[in-house]
Amino acid sequence: MSRITIAVNGTPQTREVEDRTLLVQFIREHLGLTGTHVGCDTSQCGACTIHLDGVAVKSCTVLAVAADGSQVTTIEGLAEGGRLHDVQQAFREHHGLQCGYCTPGMIMASVDMIRRHDGMLDEHTVRHELEGNICRCTGYHNIVKAVLDAAEKHRAAHAVAAE
Amino acid sequence: MYATTYHKPKTLAEAVELYVNSDEPSYLSGGHTLIPTLKSRLAAPAHLIDLRNIPELSGIEVTTDRVIIGAAAKHAVVAASKEVKAAIPALSGLAGSIGDVQVRHMGTIGGSTANNDPAADYPAAVLSLDAVIHTDRREIPAADYFQGLYTTALEPGEILVRIEFRIPEVAGYAKFRNPASRYSMAAAFVSKHRDGHIRVAITGAGNEGVFRWIEAEELLTANFSAEALEGLTIDASRMMGDMHAPADYRAHLVAVMTSRAVQNLGGTHIL
Repeated sequence: MSRITIAVNGTPQTREVEDRTLLVQFIREHLGLTGTHVGCDTSQCGACTIHLDGVAVKSCTVLAVAADGSQVTTIEGLAEGGRLHDVQQAFREHHGLQCGYCTPGMIMASVDMIRRHDGMLDEHTVRHELEGNICRCTGYHNIVKAVLDAAEKHRAAHAVAAE
Repeated sequence: MYATTYHKPKTLAEAVELYVNSDEPSYLSGGHTLIPTLKSRLAAPAHLIDLRNIPELSGIEVTTDRVIIGAAAKHAVVAASKEVKAAIPALSGLAGSIGDVQVRHMGTIGGSTANNDPAADYPAAVLSLDAVIHTDRREIPAADYFQGLYTTALEPGEILVRIEFRIPEVAGYAKFRNPASRYSMAAAFVSKHRDGHIRVAITGAGNEGVFRWIEAEELLTANFSAEALEGLTIDASRMMGDMHAPADYRAHLVAVMTSRAVQNLGGTHIL
């Protein structure tokens, strides 16, 4: 057992965990934040994607104890004061989901993608960059539209900020 | 996953001491092979020794003729390095083609090279770029390092610290991936070195892991163009055969990927 502290969505969380505890188990079972999903449990599907120290990772393939002292953002940490994050809003407007199971991972991967590309994305790049996230319902069509829309908002917001 | 005890040493000496004094230890880096293996209960180390906090394993340095990458460097960091891209664009592109974005944010060059998965990308670059493997106790030339599937010259407890690549005159990397797993089914890293030597390293296909394709090197030495490789085939009995691709198909892919690497020098060609 180890005593670890991980700042999840800005709040330091200290727990005693078995060393074999996966980060996704820590998030879901120890903290009760069940927005992060477990799909394949083999680091293929991306449903468990969260941000670890600012970058998208698959939390089913990280030990919680190895994340001791880190900052984690989950899907629950994106909205601010009841206002959905632009990527969440875009998924809602473009119906970028069907059953919704992959959606938290898709959104966390998309937020990371838009940040890394500073919003400069085209359809080809979005489809390529989502290769670590699997959706079995939508054919990705509306997901890609949502990401492109959110990327455009990101560019516009940063253009305003730069003026 | 079976119960295990996690350790986070801060020095090489501390890591080796933990290894030597533990019953059934294993080193851990990015964990993107090891943790799935543990979850499947295919391995059950009693002690996991995380190497990522040891300063000697971090950092990237580029000199006039060498690219030196710390073992804990993540694939995404190697792929994003402007210095690596300027020196060896094919190596940069290779790093950016591993797995997917999330995997590249965790997986490390040292972990990949120490594991020596027969479908891993980095071993092809290590062999083709005539790299030197620096460990906590010695230097190992790439030619002596790879010793078959998942097998390397690393001794029990030996730590891969950094990899020193020779900067070639030009290099190219071509890969044909399995559409589901994204692992290579055949990939070729072709380098022409400043001393004129040409090295063709094949990964993903050989039944003994990464290897140099000497016949291709000889033809390319006489004429460094894809035309020189026309008609060259590789013996399918040297290839892996599995549910993803039979050996004769892999043999065909090896020849095609080697040509594509030569046609895409200064970059990558990823299918």
